[in-house]
Amino acid sequence: MDDDTFRGIVAELGDANFREKEAIAERLLESGHPGVRDVLTALMDGRVFIGGQSAVAFVVESTAEELAEFTLLDPANQRVLGTSQPSELSRVVTNNQLRRFLRTVVPRFSLASPDAEVRLEAVQQIMRALDATAIELLRARVGLEDDERVLYEIDTALALSMLDEGNSRQRLSAVNTLSDRLHPEVYNRLSVLVGQAEDGSFVEPDADVRRAADEALGGIELARAFYYVLETAFFGLSLGSVLALVAIGLTITFGVMGVINMAHGELMMLGAYTTYVVQLLMPGHLDLSVLVAIPAAFLVAGSAGVLIERTIIRFLYGRPLETLLATFGVSLILQQLVRTVFSPNNRPVVTPTWMSGSLQINEAFSLTYNRMYIVLISLVVFGVLLVVFKHTRIGLDIRAVSQNRLMARAMGVRSEWVDAMTFGLGSGIAGVAGVALSQLTNVGPNLGQSYIIDSFMVVVFGGVGNIWGTLIGGMSIGVVNKVLEPFAGAVLAKILVLVAVILFIQRRPRGLFPQTGRAAEDV
Amino acid sequence: MKFRNVYFIICLSALLGACGGSEEAESDAAGEPIKVGVLHSLSGSMAISETTLKDTVEMMVDEQNARGGLLGRRLEAVVVDPASDWPLFAERARELLESEQVDVVFGCWTSVSRKSVLPVFEELNGLLFYPVQYEGEESSRNVIYTGAAPNQQAIPAVDYLANEVGIERWVLEGTDYVYPRTTNRILEAYLKEELGVADEDISINYTPFSHSDWQTRVSEIRDFGSEGKATAVVSTINGDANVPFYLELANQEVSAEDIPVIAFSVGEEELSGLDTEPLVGHLAAWNYFQSIESPTNSEFIANWKQRMGADRTTNDPMEAHFIGFNMWVAAVEQAGTTDVDAVLEALPGTETPNLTGGIARLLPNHHLTKPVFIGEVRADGQFDVVWQTDNLVEGDAWTDFLPGSLDTEANWADPAINCGNYNTRTGVCSATNFE
Repeated sequence: MDDDTFRGIVAELGDANFREKEAIAERLLESGHPGVRDVLTALMDGRVFIGGQSAVAFVVESTAEELAEFTLLDPANQRVLGTSQPSELSRVVTNNQLRRFLRTVVPRFSLASPDAEVRLEAVQQIMRALDATAIELLRARVGLEDDERVLYEIDTALALSMLDEGNSRQRLSAVNTLSDRLHPEVYNRLSVLVGQAEDGSFVEPDADVRRAADEALGGIELARAFYYVLETAFFGLSLGSVLALVAIGLTITFGVMGVINMAHGELMMLGAYTTYVVQLLMPGHLDLSVLVAIPAAFLVAGSAGVLIERTIIRFLYGRPLETLLATFGVSLILQQLVRTVFSPNNRPVVTPTWMSGSLQINEAFSLTYNRMYIVLISLVVFGVLLVVFKHTRIGLDIRAVSQNRLMARAMGVRSEWVDAMTFGLGSGIAGVAGVALSQLTNVGPNLGQSYIIDSFMVVVFGGVGNIWGTLIGGMSIGVVNKVLEPFAGAVLAKILVLVAVILFIQRRPRGLFPQTGRAAEDV
Repeated sequence: MKFRNVYFIICLSALLGACGGSEEAESDAAGEPIKVGVLHSLSGSMAISETTLKDTVEMMVDEQNARGGLLGRRLEAVVVDPASDWPLFAERARELLESEQVDVVFGCWTSVSRKSVLPVFEELNGLLFYPVQYEGEESSRNVIYTGAAPNQQAIPAVDYLANEVGIERWVLEGTDYVYPRTTNRILEAYLKEELGVADEDISINYTPFSHSDWQTRVSEIRDFGSEGKATAVVSTINGDANVPFYLELANQEVSAEDIPVIAFSVGEEELSGLDTEPLVGHLAAWNYFQSIESPTNSEFIANWKQRMGADRTTNDPMEAHFIGFNMWVAAVEQAGTTDVDAVLEALPGTETPNLTGGIARLLPNHHLTKPVFIGEVRADGQFDVVWQTDNLVEGDAWTDFLPGSLDTEANWADPAINCGNYNTRTGVCSATNFE
């Protein structure tokens, strides 16, 4: 096919409906023209445009928003043809079905890529829609491929195809190959194999193959059940670490100082908004923004905490009800403040690339990166706090003041300063929790309110004033919640957990890890 | 445009006569202004969505005044703030109708706020234009429903997925309150009876408001969708819970190409506040998208941006107010008065252009004819329309897919029926106009 015919076919995309577009893509594929790969990739990414009076098709190099002009490339040979205003071009619109089709055919061109990761990804995509051409390509690839993981995937694909076309001996060996593969495609295919057609005859005529498939299915189901348990445990721990993280700051202010801080949630909100501002300030470095935001949020929320302590709370020590009302007022003021400064709408916080997607352990089990990092953050925060309390001077002072204020003062501890620092520390950690939440949920004025009840629940359950209690309490609530959720549903699971916590508090009013010793008697 | 706002406020505060350009001089001279009530939350959790609608009505009022008012009189917007508090909606509605004596009210967003003001409007014989897509099963003499009924949004969306995309398994995912529960009840009946979907191919689940931990549910959906049949999620998830849901889908690498999610309450306005990257390719069903090209739409968008700022978006409920307002104006002109009874008589059958190049006609059941569009989310927060109905769809107040409302019909134009809940089999009119 010559270049002009090729260009002509690409230009037909302009007036076609989605079905016709798919047919055009197929015609391009069959043409064998060297430009096919680039055009189809561009079509998948939404970079094919129609422009000019004669409705010529262009591939656009990049459609990044900041570009005032698009660079136009020739679809046939990718040569630069010129530039154009975006408003003068009309984009060739694709839909999900078309992109799904492209996603399974475009990787066929990547099978010979020098990068093993690209080849692996390509084989995995191709496997989603196996047809004769795809199988031919994979078969041709077997002899050339040297990467084991890619070979493993090709093996799976070829075995799947063998189930359809092989003789009974080949089918049996295909089933044996597939018996340790956890791909959903394999499971579905084998399930069909052991079933019966509508007229009662077996789909698979050979009894040996059927038996082998049955055994393979049993093994796969066992493995899937095992990974299901692991997955539930991970979900529980990650929910638990979010709960522990939002509650740990509260443990310090509520547990150690005895201040019921209703503005705790809004301090988290400040942390989340700090992330947003940091991202605005360093637009070119989104990947680093979260790392910068953690100390920034600690400082912002921490200083807000110190300010609240110095201006309001210190006048109200020993009067819990008044503290509660005053800090509730503070929470409303902070909410209205961000509404005025930022707008009542949610703010978009971008997830850095290293926190998105998931770590694929195998076909049945993967861990999402953002949750993994949040588990990590909460463990680090917990570890740092432990060190601060046990091994630093300020930690010693905090413990001394919380155990016996008068004695501590008599020993020369500046208790007022310690109060401010303690509150600042608790608030700063709320800020860090806010950074974590900005990666999970909306950053808006209501962010704090959705978490305040949960954090009080964790603190009370874990034992007031005990950071170990908060960690373990948070984790247990998370895991129990996630174990219940598949059976009871999210609404009921939450209620059941709440009821369980209430019953537990009836039995042990001081929580999981009560404070012991003389100091506890006064509480 | 700032100048015009200020000008408008001065006009209002100076009441009459004191100001007015050449084109308004005539209308100012002609007596009391016509009062247009605006009942949208400007504070609280619903302020995000409803403030935009207040601005829309104010814009429509200004434009009508610039055209010389109505019946030779000026229009005046009376704005109250029900603060996202449902009982307060009823109080504010009473205030508008009794103390302010407004001639018409544009307002409400959530179904619960509408249910809360309904008795007030019926008791005081007011007129309410309700602009949001809702679950149906209601038709009041005093309410004009300018949003979509289920057969103008949910049912066509499911048809699109089943016929065009070839979906065979369905996840109905909703927030736990009245709109998702009723909609899903209708959809479940429709899927089973009309499309012959088996029980095991439907998964229905509800989560609490502001649900943020979607790990378990998304993993279940992924497993449900990996059993070899094409699967889609029909989402009636409300408000804040959407972002964590789409984020979790993206993180667990469930793409729109594998398991598309079609949402009934995610529009341009909602997308403007979030990172749209994880949502690209997911679907929404509406009767209007900002990206639809038509002369009326371009003009509306240009006016809106000029008034509110270049980064503002338009959305479906705004179009509903646009239609509702023009329809009311047309009916008042036809009736020659703003008297509610006369206007209600004139309203059915009224036709006004919608923003997508078609005509909206008010049906005897107080619902509209609307086109239905399916859009896919683009990276810039707008939608690519991938499908639309061939013709306008007539809003059905009582769905045909629930046994209870199969024989029920609403007709406010036929004097022989004149009822919002009329049983066509027994010929009895139930006194309650809602389920």
